[in-house]
Amino acid sequence: MNEKIKGGRHNSVAPSIELINISKAFGAVKANSNISMQIAQGSIHGIIGENGAGKSTLMSILYGFYKADKGDILIDGSKVNITDSKDAINAGIGMVFQHFKLVENFTVLENVILGVEGGQLLAPSISKARKDLRALAKEYELNVDPDATIDSLGVGLRQRVEILKALYRKARILILDEPTGVLTPAEADHLFRILNNLKKEGKTIVFITHKLREVMEITDTVSVMRQGEMTATVKTSETSPSSLAELMVGRKVLLRVEKQTSAPGNTTLEINNLNVIDNQGVQRLEDISLSVRAGEILGIAGVAGNGQSELLEVLGGITEASGSIKINGKEIALRGNEANGQSRRLQGIAHVPEDRQHLGLIMEFEAWENIALGYHNSEDYQQNRFLMSNAKIKTDAIRKMEQFDVRPNNVTLSTKGFSGGNQQKLVLSREIERNPDLLLVGQPTRGVDIGAIEFIHQQLIRLRDAGKAILLVSVELEEIMSLSDRIMVMFDGKIMGEKTPTETNEKELGLLMAGINGDTN
Amino acid sequence: MEFLVLIQVLDSALRLAVPLLFCSLAGLFSERAGIFDIGLEGKILIAAFFAAATASVSGSVWVGLFFGISASMLFSLLHGLASITFRGNQLISGVAINFLAAGLTVLIGQSWFKLGGRTPSLSGNARFSEITLPFADNVSNVPIIGPIYSELLSGHTALAYLAILMVPISWYILFRTRFGLRLRAVGENPAAVDTAGISVIQLRYLAVIICGLLCGLAGAYLATGLAAGFVKDMSAGRGFIALAALIFAKWRPWHILSATLLFGLLEAISNRFQNIEILGIILPTQLMQALPYILTVIILAGFVGKATPPLAGGVPYIKE
Repeated sequence: MNEKIKGGRHNSVAPSIELINISKAFGAVKANSNISMQIAQGSIHGIIGENGAGKSTLMSILYGFYKADKGDILIDGSKVNITDSKDAINAGIGMVFQHFKLVENFTVLENVILGVEGGQLLAPSISKARKDLRALAKEYELNVDPDATIDSLGVGLRQRVEILKALYRKARILILDEPTGVLTPAEADHLFRILNNLKKEGKTIVFITHKLREVMEITDTVSVMRQGEMTATVKTSETSPSSLAELMVGRKVLLRVEKQTSAPGNTTLEINNLNVIDNQGVQRLEDISLSVRAGEILGIAGVAGNGQSELLEVLGGITEASGSIKINGKEIALRGNEANGQSRRLQGIAHVPEDRQHLGLIMEFEAWENIALGYHNSEDYQQNRFLMSNAKIKTDAIRKMEQFDVRPNNVTLSTKGFSGGNQQKLVLSREIERNPDLLLVGQPTRGVDIGAIEFIHQQLIRLRDAGKAILLVSVELEEIMSLSDRIMVMFDGKIMGEKTPTETNEKELGLLMAGINGDTN
Repeated sequence: MEFLVLIQVLDSALRLAVPLLFCSLAGLFSERAGIFDIGLEGKILIAAFFAAATASVSGSVWVGLFFGISASMLFSLLHGLASITFRGNQLISGVAINFLAAGLTVLIGQSWFKLGGRTPSLSGNARFSEITLPFADNVSNVPIIGPIYSELLSGHTALAYLAILMVPISWYILFRTRFGLRLRAVGENPAAVDTAGISVIQLRYLAVIICGLLCGLAGAYLATGLAAGFVKDMSAGRGFIALAALIFAKWRPWHILSATLLFGLLEAISNRFQNIEILGIILPTQLMQALPYILTVIILAGFVGKATPPLAGGVPYIKE
């Protein structure tokens, strides 16, 4: 089944990593079944697959978090037994996790030496690390202030600290799990430069991602995983994004969103001079003014943490603000008792929050209960003046779940039993089917499989074509560019500029996202 | 005369601060490693009981110290077992330990000594004797410096001096050694420690054992240094006051010294001055005696600045 890469064998050196028939099951679920692959030394190897395809399990086995039920791991041709992270480090494997494993109130140096201090006292190890870090920074463009504490660093720099940690431990193999998820395009470019530098020095890099574009850009070879199996390993130069997508999902996938040009109507949402100062006195939103018309999607691009969340929260009635917001010409309350989610719903605003597991759903509830959440007072859910009707809600839930293709189609299943994509479909079905005038959507496809992404995008376009206004916030630039009719970029609580998707490109938006205003537009 | 009273109050404050200091440092090691310990109180109590009981039976304070520390460490391991190995709720485990200690001490005490839960009064070698610092008697007549040296600094038990010494030692261990770095890391982000190839479980157990050791010293001092025997519930909330001092000090050793001295001073004042007249109003004894506890409530309610506990505190570590 595997198309073997022969490169490694030709060089007559053993592959850097070789996996032979790795299998791992959790109960009845086969997370990995008979995974075999070889990665040549000094290459960048991509592993792609949907959520739950088994990528993370495989990497956890390599880093000693789980023990494989069967199969062998060979590093540089010799068999190794990895039972914990220490074994992995000793075998020369370094891992950069998606969620960084850094101690936030420690300095960069302290984080780097943790576990490899070399002596009972800290002072000598710190001065040694300081010297080594300087050398590494020079060699690989990995500059970080060694005395800065982690909590003062942005995500891009934190990631560099993780890479430095691995290199300081003399890692020859570097595994990166979804490394670009939180980076700006410029930061991602810098990361790719670092990875290429590492490759030149003979390091082997394993790059796990679900972004096809990145796989095409940076990797030499790529393996595709689906449902715990490795479905193919190919040379990147001999494949294409669409064939990789097909291998990932098992069927043909539309990578571009199919849509007509929009026909916007009257102004639905009008925001003037919106300001938010949080309780620490930090200005989160500064003089935001924008409008969204019926039948159009306004996309808000930006790196996470630049005020997009606060904008959604103010509109959703979660955060208080000053300024003015009008819905269909009518002013809505920004402070006090009237500024809450319930009154916002009555004013025709529906909200699909960024963090669906905390703000959108109660994970312990059954699916039908979450379908009613926030709309539990609505007429059609009541039995009489005093009681609500569970039967009516369930009937409604069955209909909505069918319409949004939520799988499994079981209204009494606990919400945490659904996959990320299906949880998102539950929220979407609840909010969209109420026919709001304005839909707020934050990170609609975060943690969602490719197959479900396609469906969710189609639903948003359908709502737009039904003449509704949509405010879309996403850190995925591709998503913003393919869905939006207009794009605004936010940086540091301000709007940096507005662009038309057909007349801009990722580079231009990337500069705005980094706070650099190129023109006077 | 006034000056001598001040020296005496300060001397008493120092004595009363010693168990709080030991106990607060115990909490420091445990909480810096991410194990919240509301069971400090119970550990002091069980240590006080076993220290007094075995000292009374054997006639040696050192035997008492050994068994007091052992009992406290055993309770610590119980807390460790519940919260590290079985990943239980650390608050519940702590509360359980407090109840267990309160009940066990009286039960065993009664069946052992038949004194209604007390132990017999200790004297001679069964108590810690006071150490007179060199030249203390010679300089006592020198004005100002004399009384400070001979009354305030001299004449405490070995444990009291050890307690003060434990402050720089704790600071050095936590902030200047490899063990300290790892211990603080495991309280902030155990995943970082785990992925660095260090055992989270081992580190946390070590922290909990150190906590038991220090609580044992606090309890032994209480029953065989400060008092002369064990009395039912003699810890009298000191474990909680130590916890308040720990939070007040924001989990830093030197600040713990100041915080516990402050609590000691309040207790000393309330012991010394039964009625205080301020602006013609006589403050009742009860109010004076409640002072340390009132301050505890104020601190725990968060009125004294923002105290950020170790990030991973109270959360059992589960590998993802």
